[in-house]
Amino acid sequence: MSRNEGSLFQRLPVVSHLGKSVGLQRGMLVTGLVITALFLLTAALAPLISPYGFAQHFDSQLPPSGTHPWGTTSGGYDVLSRVVWGTQTAVIVIVVAVILSIFLGVALGLVSGYIGGWLDRILVVIADAIYAFPTLLLAIVMSIAISHGRSSMLGGIFAAAISITVVFIPQYFRVIRAETIRLKAEPFVESAMVVGASSVRIMARHIYKNATRTLPLIFTLNASEAILTLAGLGFLGFGIEPSSAAEWGYDLNKALSDTTAGIWWTGVFPGAAIVLTVLGLTLVGESMNDLNDPRLRGRRRAGRKLPPAPGTPGSNTVHTPGTETAGNGVTV
Amino acid sequence: MSHAVEQPKNIRQETGGPVLNIEHLKVTFATDTGDVKAVDDVSLTVAAAEIVAIVGESGSGKTVTAKTILGLLPETAISSGAVLISGNNVISVTRKHLRQIRGLEVAMVFQEPSTALNPVFTVGWQIAEGLRAHGKVGKKEARARAIEALGKVGIPEPEKRVDYYPHQFSGGQKQRVVIAAALALNPGLIVADEPTTALDVTVQAEILELLRDCRDIYGTSIVLITHNMGVVADLADRVVVMYQGDVVEEADATTLFASPKQDYTKKLLAAVPHLGRNSASAGLTERAHQDAEVLVQAKNLVIEYPGRLGTPAFRAVDEVNFSISAGEVFGLVGESGSGKTTIGRAIAGLNKTTGGSLKVLGYEMLTYRERTFRPLRKDIGFVFQDPAASFNPQLSIGECVAEPILIHEKRSPQEVDKRVGELLEAVQLPKIYANRYPHELSGGQRQRASLARALALNPKLLIADEPTSALDVSVQAKVLELFKEIQAEFGFAALFISHDLAVVDILSHWVGVLYKGKMVEQGIGSQVMGNPQDDYTKRLIASLPVPDPAEQAKRREEHRALLHS
Repeated sequence: MSRNEGSLFQRLPVVSHLGKSVGLQRGMLVTGLVITALFLLTAALAPLISPYGFAQHFDSQLPPSGTHPWGTTSGGYDVLSRVVWGTQTAVIVIVVAVILSIFLGVALGLVSGYIGGWLDRILVVIADAIYAFPTLLLAIVMSIAISHGRSSMLGGIFAAAISITVVFIPQYFRVIRAETIRLKAEPFVESAMVVGASSVRIMARHIYKNATRTLPLIFTLNASEAILTLAGLGFLGFGIEPSSAAEWGYDLNKALSDTTAGIWWTGVFPGAAIVLTVLGLTLVGESMNDLNDPRLRGRRRAGRKLPPAPGTPGSNTVHTPGTETAGNGVTV
Repeated sequence: MSHAVEQPKNIRQETGGPVLNIEHLKVTFATDTGDVKAVDDVSLTVAAAEIVAIVGESGSGKTVTAKTILGLLPETAISSGAVLISGNNVISVTRKHLRQIRGLEVAMVFQEPSTALNPVFTVGWQIAEGLRAHGKVGKKEARARAIEALGKVGIPEPEKRVDYYPHQFSGGQKQRVVIAAALALNPGLIVADEPTTALDVTVQAEILELLRDCRDIYGTSIVLITHNMGVVADLADRVVVMYQGDVVEEADATTLFASPKQDYTKKLLAAVPHLGRNSASAGLTERAHQDAEVLVQAKNLVIEYPGRLGTPAFRAVDEVNFSISAGEVFGLVGESGSGKTTIGRAIAGLNKTTGGSLKVLGYEMLTYRERTFRPLRKDIGFVFQDPAASFNPQLSIGECVAEPILIHEKRSPQEVDKRVGELLEAVQLPKIYANRYPHELSGGQRQRASLARALALNPKLLIADEPTSALDVSVQAKVLELFKEIQAEFGFAALFISHDLAVVDILSHWVGVLYKGKMVEQGIGSQVMGNPQDDYTKRLIASLPVPDPAEQAKRREEHRALLHS
């Protein structure tokens, strides 16, 4: 169990997972973490790294050269700068979208799961209805409703984020609701009821913390999906104006006609950026999923020497499967 | 050891040597926090037609030892030493060879019969599966042998029942089927891992009888893994006591129970509750505390669980009458499904009542509303069965114990801390444990903390639902003693629910026996246990094995006589 030993730092989700991992699983996690770190770093340092602004015009369709390492697009933008600035847009959209959907999804899931009854039924029906829509279609509808298609940087980012949020709320809602329903039958919740705790207190103090332990995992998996949705929106022309922010999907769309003309650099770089980012986040998420489950987690065989492991070495806590991972019924 | 020349051989008839020979077995597991030694240098032998019991508390390595015999250890385990079954070393043989040994030489009976059987196949198919795994068997022959095996273990109408699915059998019958599957190939050795732990006492007696017959009739050796000393006294010829991966003592059953040599064995045996000794109601001639206020009054109480569409409601509690007065300990005994837990939960407002009347502290539960009942909750404490699950894993013990105080009383944080400290001391836990998290405590300590939480507001009534059934015997003894002391000190009334007659007898002044939702008998504890009136109570008490081989042999005869009369 990771949470009963070691410092606070060692108990943090990703750090504790890193400590638990071995072999191939560790390789996957580390690769994912490196790519993700690179992605975040690029976003943070975009103004320093990119040679030009994302909306700066040059001659169109210049091949890669000294002044434009990755060439320019048909619209005359510098590809390298667009890709670098694009990371920033992606990070902001992910953060806004995931935070919004976590707050709403968790709150609704807790209430729906704990109170039950007609409220639960209505919320589940709504969530199911949202599920029934293709996610991209829903995102398009939302983005048209919010900003009539395209808009300024902030408006565009929020439009994209909210469109993604609408798709994700049912996911968080479902996971939290399922956990809440499971926890509701646990003796410790019953013992709180017997003591006379109010529903709000039980939800806030007893269920909330126990139900949200799988969230870091859904967070990473959803983040990669958010990037794909954002890119999809941009590709279909419902994204952010190219003059307001750099966005990979939009660039890919514009690169579409270039491919037949043999201009490869306008499409390859934003495309690779999307693939890499999604790969990095998925690797982190999937390895965390595996490591959370003692049955999927690889272990050293007994008798070999431990590397400087996390936690307090030598403490003889026998691992009890199932306590750490209770119910990560995550389907993405 | 060369595998090439080895063939599985059945030498038990030829040589009469030991069926199982374990030499210097060591098993180590890899965990997240490093290697854990589960079994450390265990040696034992099992002769033909001998029943050897391996006893020990949880974590003693008894189950790991049993699993090693069948080569069922997970990949993370490393074992060294030798486990010889009829001359084959299970630890070092090839997988293919191991498969031949399993079933033919050694078979296993698991703890939980309902999960050991596959629900989507008929029992006949599952018994035949073992036959098919060891050589070509025709469909007809396999079926005939499955019927024969079912007949051997006493399943009525085996020709018909062979096509039944597991859910069509009761728990005890399922365990019979598992034993039938184990016997199908007539192995020399059966490893039974807690074969009766999941069963009721009356069913347990039948299964023990069956296992004894296996040995007497077919000459099968049995390795019996159990923590129940009564079962050991009933069945075992020889006993191996394990503690923390080591064999502490090994002796004949009669010698071990009569004169244990090691301190640990002595402690273990002393901790086992023995029916008729140490009764709380010894010497009482009439019901105590009758002049005190009546806290719980049930009149023709009916509790039903709604059935699914088209099926009638299930009546869990049927026209039950009883009362609990202030200061009295009411013991409620019954087997699984008797409705005892339902009654306890109904008193705490966790289940709704259907009919009759249940008055708790003057509140009629038939018209239960959480809002109006909540103020009364401070006078009711509840101790749950599983101390591990009844604490919020995210809160410290101190916060958990303080929960009722924070909800019902307005006190400053210092006062709350002080009260929590007092409570922990009352249940003999160090104050400093308030800062620990539930998983950092042992089972017994957690149950103490659970008691502290239940007592936080000085309740008039405490409901304890199987509070010790998840604990080891030695821990159980301490918790029971503590419970008794605290009850005497605080003077609360208690409803003590348990399936274990001996445990109930230690604590309760007045005992009620439930059977299929009906209260078949109630009376002063020592009188109910000593001189039961109802047929069911008689059967229940007769089937409870006592931890004393000589006495148990006598009781067994009486039990047989009772069944055949």
